[in-house]
Amino acid sequence: MSKKLTPSEKRLEIEILRYHPEQDEEPYLQQFEIPYTTDMTILEALQFIKDHLDSTVSFRWSCRMAICGSCGLMVNGVPKLGCKAFLRDYYPNKITLEALANFPIERDLVVVMDDFINKLEEIKPYLIPEKEPQFLTKGTYQQTPEQLEKFKQYSMCINCGLCYSACPQYALDNKFIGPAALALIARYNRDSRDAGSAERMKIVNQEVGVWGCTFVGYCSVVCPKGVDPAAAIQLLKVESSKDYLIGMFKP
Amino acid sequence: MSKRRPYNRELSSDWWLKDIFYSQYMLREGSSIFITLYSLILAWGVFRLSQGEVAFNAWMEALQHPLSILFHLIALAFALYHSITWFSLAPKAVDLWIKGKRLNEKIIILTHYIAFVFVSIFCLFIIIS
Amino acid sequence: MIFKQPKKYIRSHEPVFWGLFGAGGMLTAFLTPIMILLTGLLIPLGIIEPEALNYEKLHSFTSSWYGAAIILIIVALPLWHTLHRIFHSLHDLGVQRGRSWQQVICYGFAFAVSVFVFTLLLQILTM
Ligand code: SF4
Ligand code: FES
Repeated sequence: MSKKLTPSEKRLEIEILRYHPEQDEEPYLQQFEIPYTTDMTILEALQFIKDHLDSTVSFRWSCRMAICGSCGLMVNGVPKLGCKAFLRDYYPNKITLEALANFPIERDLVVVMDDFINKLEEIKPYLIPEKEPQFLTKGTYQQTPEQLEKFKQYSMCINCGLCYSACPQYALDNKFIGPAALALIARYNRDSRDAGSAERMKIVNQEVGVWGCTFVGYCSVVCPKGVDPAAAIQLLKVESSKDYLIGMFKP
Repeated sequence: MSKRRPYNRELSSDWWLKDIFYSQYMLREGSSIFITLYSLILAWGVFRLSQGEVAFNAWMEALQHPLSILFHLIALAFALYHSITWFSLAPKAVDLWIKGKRLNEKIIILTHYIAFVFVSIFCLFIIIS
Repeated sequence: MIFKQPKKYIRSHEPVFWGLFGAGGMLTAFLTPIMILLTGLLIPLGIIEPEALNYEKLHSFTSSWYGAAIILIIVALPLWHTLHRIFHSLHDLGVQRGRSWQQVICYGFAFAVSVFVFTLLLQILTM
């Protein structure tokens, strides 16, 4: 079924980087034209294309409300969430969509995120209590609003990977642990209920840990949730330096 | 059999020219070349100072050469760019909390600029007096 | 079940260089613009009397230990900042060969100039 476009409708040109591993040697750009309304998101434009123009276009999405973190892609070379970026901010200019930079392309706009997920796992993204984990019958862990505030911002991450595709250091060397994983380390290390700092600092202290960062700062600009990974990284650099000094005096 | 064949996009070595944000970053890093040269000029000045008055005056005179003036103009622009970027990123490294809230970014940046003006006037004053 | 070998983590010595980089960057941010303006522009152009920076004044300042220390910091510390950046920029520009040599040359250069200025100042101090 194809929807007929009435001539009065405003239109917008969209270019998509296509890649089918079964048949294409390398990715190529394909043009589409869609009807334009002011309330449309990039994700909705993609859904229109899939429903009416070309059902083979692949892309990821789920929540449509900037919560699941699955719809990341490059919009005119800038990492964005498809569901949070609106056509009206680009209209009437052509929009070019590409799979998230710095990740391998699985197919069309879908990328391979394994490396990113492995890094998030590696940093032990869970509370490591000081003593034996206590049963709920003994009461919950208490925390003051101030203690919460110390890490709250860093807990807002939705694991979308935009910061990795904004980071030239990750692009240059993907052994670098990267912005979101470091922000997540800050999130747990700064939590008053956690006692796992020593374990996570081993990751931070490496060359490819916090020291892989040269403070480009673009990660914090593209982050759709205001996590500010660059700030988390700066704080961790200070922590790592303290750790280094302490390590010198007691081996 | 799996048809998977993930495609890796190459990073071209001019990646920093492709986005204004990256270009500004490289410009910031590039400021270090001019500041290095300026430090070397000062180091040379110390060397001439150690050689006596005639040598030192020759160094002072060399600074009047049009090329030297041109270099210092460019170096000043880069040094200022370094200061601006340094101050604007400073709040990210400050972990100061007042009454359960992180210190406001603008206040930190403003403090840096006030200190900058203060230091500059202080230096001017020392030289003139 | 997959059993994962515990990963070995190697601590970086970067904190040493990062500390110097930070101190040098701070000094440079506050002091270098006015320094360039004074020594490179206003005085050579005669807008400020060249007498403001004459030999005698500077020599007597450098002849005190605190004066010498100030000069050393002003001249040498920025280099630990700039050479750190140059070292990392080489990586950014894709110069991947001989990273450890690049490191030796970059920080070695900052070190050599620091020592050079230090010995000169020592010479003036003990003159
Ligand atoms: S830090 Fe921000 S940009 Fe990075 S993965 Fe988390 S939400 Fe996305
Ligand atoms: S669809 Fe869930 S974040 Fe965009």
